[in-house]
Amino acid sequence: MSALEISPSVREAIAEEVKKYPEPRSALLMALHFIQAEIGHVPVGIQRQVAELLGIRPIEVREVVTFYPMYHEHPVGRANIRVCVNIACALAGAREVVEGIEARLGIRPGERTADGAYSIEEVQCLGSCGTAVCVQVNNDPYIENVRPERLDDLLQTIG
Amino acid sequence: MAHEPYLLPPPGADWRNLEAYRQIGGYEAARRAVHEMAPEQVIEEVKESGLRGRGGAGFSTGQKWSFMPKPGGPKPSYIACNGDESEPGTFKDRQILERNPHLLIEGLAIAGHAIGARAAYVYIRGEYTTAFHTLSAAIQQARDAGFLGERPFGIERPFDVYAMRGAGAYICGEETGMIESAEGKKGQPRKRPPFPAVYGLWGCPTTVNNVETMAQVASILRRGASWFKTLGMPTSTGHTLFGVSGHVERPGVYELPLGTTLREIIYEHAGGVRDGRALKAIIPGGVSMPVLSAEQVDVRMDHESLKQAGTLLGTGGIVVMDETACMVRAATVIARFFRHESCGQCTQCREGTGWFHKLLKRLDTGQGTMDDLATIDRVGGYMEGQTICALSDAAAWAATGFLRRFRPEFEAHVREGRCPLPESFRP
Ligand SMILES: Cc1cc2nc3c(=O)[nH]c(=O)nc-3n(C[C@H](O)[C@H](O)[C@H](O)COP(=O)(O)O)c2cc1C
Ligand code: SF4
Ligand code: FES
Repeated sequence: MSALEISPSVREAIAEEVKKYPEPRSALLMALHFIQAEIGHVPVGIQRQVAELLGIRPIEVREVVTFYPMYHEHPVGRANIRVCVNIACALAGAREVVEGIEARLGIRPGERTADGAYSIEEVQCLGSCGTAVCVQVNNDPYIENVRPERLDDLLQTIG
Repeated sequence: MAHEPYLLPPPGADWRNLEAYRQIGGYEAARRAVHEMAPEQVIEEVKESGLRGRGGAGFSTGQKWSFMPKPGGPKPSYIACNGDESEPGTFKDRQILERNPHLLIEGLAIAGHAIGARAAYVYIRGEYTTAFHTLSAAIQQARDAGFLGERPFGIERPFDVYAMRGAGAYICGEETGMIESAEGKKGQPRKRPPFPAVYGLWGCPTTVNNVETMAQVASILRRGASWFKTLGMPTSTGHTLFGVSGHVERPGVYELPLGTTLREIIYEHAGGVRDGRALKAIIPGGVSMPVLSAEQVDVRMDHESLKQAGTLLGTGGIVVMDETACMVRAATVIARFFRHESCGQCTQCREGTGWFHKLLKRLDTGQGTMDDLATIDRVGGYMEGQTICALSDAAAWAATGFLRRFRPEFEAHVREGRCPLPESFRP
């Protein structure tokens, strides 16, 4: 996997993004989103290429990748299931949702299934407290009002 | 109280569509401001309306704008519009972004004229995929219609709006954390002074305003400051979007005048406490704000009344908890959040948020001592007013707020060596 390259279409999207700002570096967060949407994570080799595109040092990319919870330096599941465990979701049974997914997939938060299909993450408030429990797969639109007793349906829609 | 909503469309209306938005008079206020009003007049109108920021701190918007330098200085000015919305319990800006994006864009165009900005950058939290795409599409429509770009509304002063995304860090909602993040860096807040009005985005004068605040501006210019002042309370004017979540029958976002009682919001609009249970506790404005107990439910939801009640309006995100909910556990979940989100620059905050979480977790599981309660109070004292940003204060208010309001329940955990509420939600 060491030979990963930023694809031409992502390069183009980054070049477009750079035009919005007085300084190219401001496009960094968006650039990382584009890359992650395509390859699922942002490995160190790719970080170097991003640094080159934006005219900054690789460490400046890496400190951003590691600061922000949404970026992954190492592979996660193709469906990374992110469950909000903050207060409104906790009140609505977020712990039971996490445990239900754990039991069905046989993994804990931070782990990945052997086939690379799924991983689970506990996340902080997603801004969907009125429709708790809120779940987000990768960076897709939210799955709202998730109930512990309806998890089979949930996993079916994700799978 | 009679009140017609103006921030969100009525059921059935789709104001994401530019034509539909124009049919209700959309962009006329911006056109009028740009052509017929001097920038100072716009600022005066917003000051006159009494509008206070909807991002949490409640600062006067007109006054904030008047800190910006006069146009024509050596550096361009910018607007950084805060759509990070990560304060737990808060989910209102998303409604504007997803359902009424043109109201925000119009507000930004008006603000851009008032402060002579070159552009506005709307920083949207990374998880808000639908909001980001909806706003981006609306921006393109407004550009195509000639409301943004090189000659907005036909005048010779370029102004554009750009949407950008965060990546999951709460601290990027803090105004200088957001500026750092928008520059492509870690979202670590800056020391002030200099304030953003002097040294903001890319070192240029910048005004930071919340998404809802900007939507309010468009409404004020459309209908006038005197109309706005008829809504709400004398020093907390206008409507706001109250988010109601937790143990209520109908959670959701309700547009109501500031000063509406908490009782009315919970029992009339949100349908009351779920399954007819008893009310126990209410967080009034996002988890940073000290919790209220059920006896305080008649408080009005405005800046002054909540201050008198020992808390703050914050973001107006109301979290309701019924009699089954353990208060030590609620405090623990919230402390876990602050520990996770502290950016680590200040010792008091980095260490203090860790201490809170550790002590509360211990209390929740029945391993805590009476000394731990004293430690929470003491640590809270070290954390307030000492740090680069207010996350530290917020963490302290939340933890000590629960302890102060529900001390007997904390003590019961110590005495009984376990949580006395077996039916509570789990952490
Ligand atoms: C830790 C922290 C997080 C914040 N998060 C947000 C946020 O997500 N959205 C927001 O509008 N303001 C947030 N604020 C408040 C901003 O710093 C700033 O006061 C606000 O965006 C100003 O806009 P306004 O005057 O229109 O309210 C936060 C403040 C702190 C200390
Ligand atoms: S108070 Fe906390 S979050 Fe704010 S700058 Fe200091 S360490 Fe970072
Ligand atoms: S607490 Fe889960 S979305 Fe806000």
